Amino acid sequence: MNFDRLKEKLEILADAAKYDVSCSSSGSTRKNKKGALGDSSASGICHTYTEDGRCVSLLKILLTNHCIYDCAYCVSRSSNDIKRAAFTVEEVVDLTINFYRRNYIEGLFLSSGIFKNADTTMERLVRIAKKLRLEENFNGYIHLKSIPGASDDLMQEAALYADRLSVNIEIPTESGLKLLAPEKNRKDMISPMRYIQKGIVQYQDEKKILKKVPKFAPAGQSTQMIVGATNENDLQIIKVADHFYKNFNLKRVYYSGYVPVLEDQRLPSLTTEVPMLRENRLYQSDWLMRFYGFKAEEILDPNVPFLDLEVDPKLSWALRNLHQFPINLQTAEYQLILRIPGIGVKTAQKIVSARRFQILTMDHLKKLGAAVNRAKYFIDFNAGNAYLKYLTDKNFRKLLIGGSSSKFHNQFSQQLSLF
Amino acid sequence: MTTLLYDGSFDGLFTAVFEVFEYRYKDVEIASRERFHQENIFAVIHEVITQPDKSERVLNKLEQNIGKEGVNKLLKVFLSEDPDLENLILSAVKQSVKHPEKNILENFADSDVLKISKICKSVDRERHRMTAFVRFEKMQDGVFFSKIDPDFNVLPLIRKHFYNRYQDQKWMIYDLRRNYGLLYDLATCDFFYPDEKIDINNYQQKFHDEEKSYQVLWQRYFTKTNIVERKNMKLHIQHVPKRYWKYLTEKW
Repeated sequence: MNFDRLKEKLEILADAAKYDVSCSSSGSTRKNKKGALGDSSASGICHTYTEDGRCVSLLKILLTNHCIYDCAYCVSRSSNDIKRAAFTVEEVVDLTINFYRRNYIEGLFLSSGIFKNADTTMERLVRIAKKLRLEENFNGYIHLKSIPGASDDLMQEAALYADRLSVNIEIPTESGLKLLAPEKNRKDMISPMRYIQKGIVQYQDEKKILKKVPKFAPAGQSTQMIVGATNENDLQIIKVADHFYKNFNLKRVYYSGYVPVLEDQRLPSLTTEVPMLRENRLYQSDWLMRFYGFKAEEILDPNVPFLDLEVDPKLSWALRNLHQFPINLQTAEYQLILRIPGIGVKTAQKIVSARRFQILTMDHLKKLGAAVNRAKYFIDFNAGNAYLKYLTDKNFRKLLIGGSSSKFHNQFSQQLSLF
Repeated sequence: MTTLLYDGSFDGLFTAVFEVFEYRYKDVEIASRERFHQENIFAVIHEVITQPDKSERVLNKLEQNIGKEGVNKLLKVFLSEDPDLENLILSAVKQSVKHPEKNILENFADSDVLKISKICKSVDRERHRMTAFVRFEKMQDGVFFSKIDPDFNVLPLIRKHFYNRYQDQKWMIYDLRRNYGLLYDLATCDFFYPDEKIDINNYQQKFHDEEKSYQVLWQRYFTKTNIVERKNMKLHIQHVPKRYWKYLTEKW
């Protein structure tokens, strides 16, 4: 193997793949067969983190950055004058196996530019997954990108060898997509996604009857949207995410704050800041939908279709719904306790568990890990709570913000990292 | 005050716990012989001789009351090497014996239980980090070797993870601080205790021919997958604390 050439390819094709947000290696259990390599567990492992703080759990590369398309937001667009490269099937397999053996990664995330057409590209991706599974006996995690427009047969095969499949819908609105990627259409993206979704449902039905059914995309599907490249609002984004969660049973929707890398009249200028705080708020909303039982329409007010940058979406909801508070810690249902600002899933579980033993006080709450600076205003203890008088205060919002939001501003300000 | 001295082993500790009940000691503490420094000159010393059947009886009882998971939590407290570990475990056993019908480890309003829960969280975090941050280096003899230096004694907690994962390669994980390790030789996966500390000076000379190449590939990958425009070192260090850096190939 020509090491120097391989190194160069890896540099080009890792660099080109890095804007894809997903790096999750969770949601699939693939037990090691005796004497083979690899074992995937449901929770996934981040093996390291880049200097921008993102998790590295998979070898995330493009098979090639040659591309027939010319999407404005993409570094690999055909009109962009950059170095091009392509891995061979053997090279990807070798890198994956050798990185995995050294415990650098949980597996492979393979995406690709489109060379020639959708099926040629998809076929190559599938061949790599197949070789890893059948020839190398590899039981680690494999995430393949579904190439928009790929045929059902290839999707079927992909789902047999990969753990997760994903189609990037790229731009949240169809009009935005038309503007920035005129050669692509939503229909081509949706159709492989729909095929896999049906397959997963069918697989789950068969599994109820038959013991031995071949795995079919066991970690499900995900997608990602670029945020801030076009002028959609947060309400539109959350609605799109909700639509995919509900109608496609997606495991994850990722949000990727647009990093200006290309000069184009249709795009924000190169000096625009990456909308990190907005991205963070979108993920918080996403969590509220997936783990806290919030509905999409509760998170944002149609009159104010952007997420509040000053306070997190749960606190923002609470401020708009003060009539729902205070919530009694001793008697309220778990689902309601989850709605108290400053109380997360783990803390809510501990509360429900601990209150069977004794009456809880503010002091307990602090020790159980709640963010008491926020939570204290929203809770009724059986013994009463002096902070409740602020709930009806006109300046309540100000009072709260004063105590809690500065952390985010420092952490996500671009200004700091520029110098 | 009675002080029970035990040999520092898990079985020894639970033998001591058994004897607290056996001799009906009221005002009592348990300490490992190695770490014990007598401060209370009025303390009566009771030497515990490790008896597996006694510790087993306590553990069986515990399993009935707080389940396998509960016993596992107490094992984590033991592996935490916390200076107060013996008395926390004793407190948990006492409470469990008093309220056998309840899982007392769920009573987070009790300060000892809360402390146990916090220790478990720390040990779990370290355990998880070791599944993530172990970096194997392939040696000339084909063994994939890794050195670690965890804050808590988590090697027993990660054995199964690595055993399940790497069945077709020989590997070894060596705890530098505690001078013992895990060895898998394609057949069995067991702990080993070298008489002397393994000499890791110049061990790079014993690397397999291709080792350096893959390390460079990984380092280049790590650099290239970073998005410079989003640099956030505070977050980076929070996820990858500096004390691990010297063992991470990508932080060369």
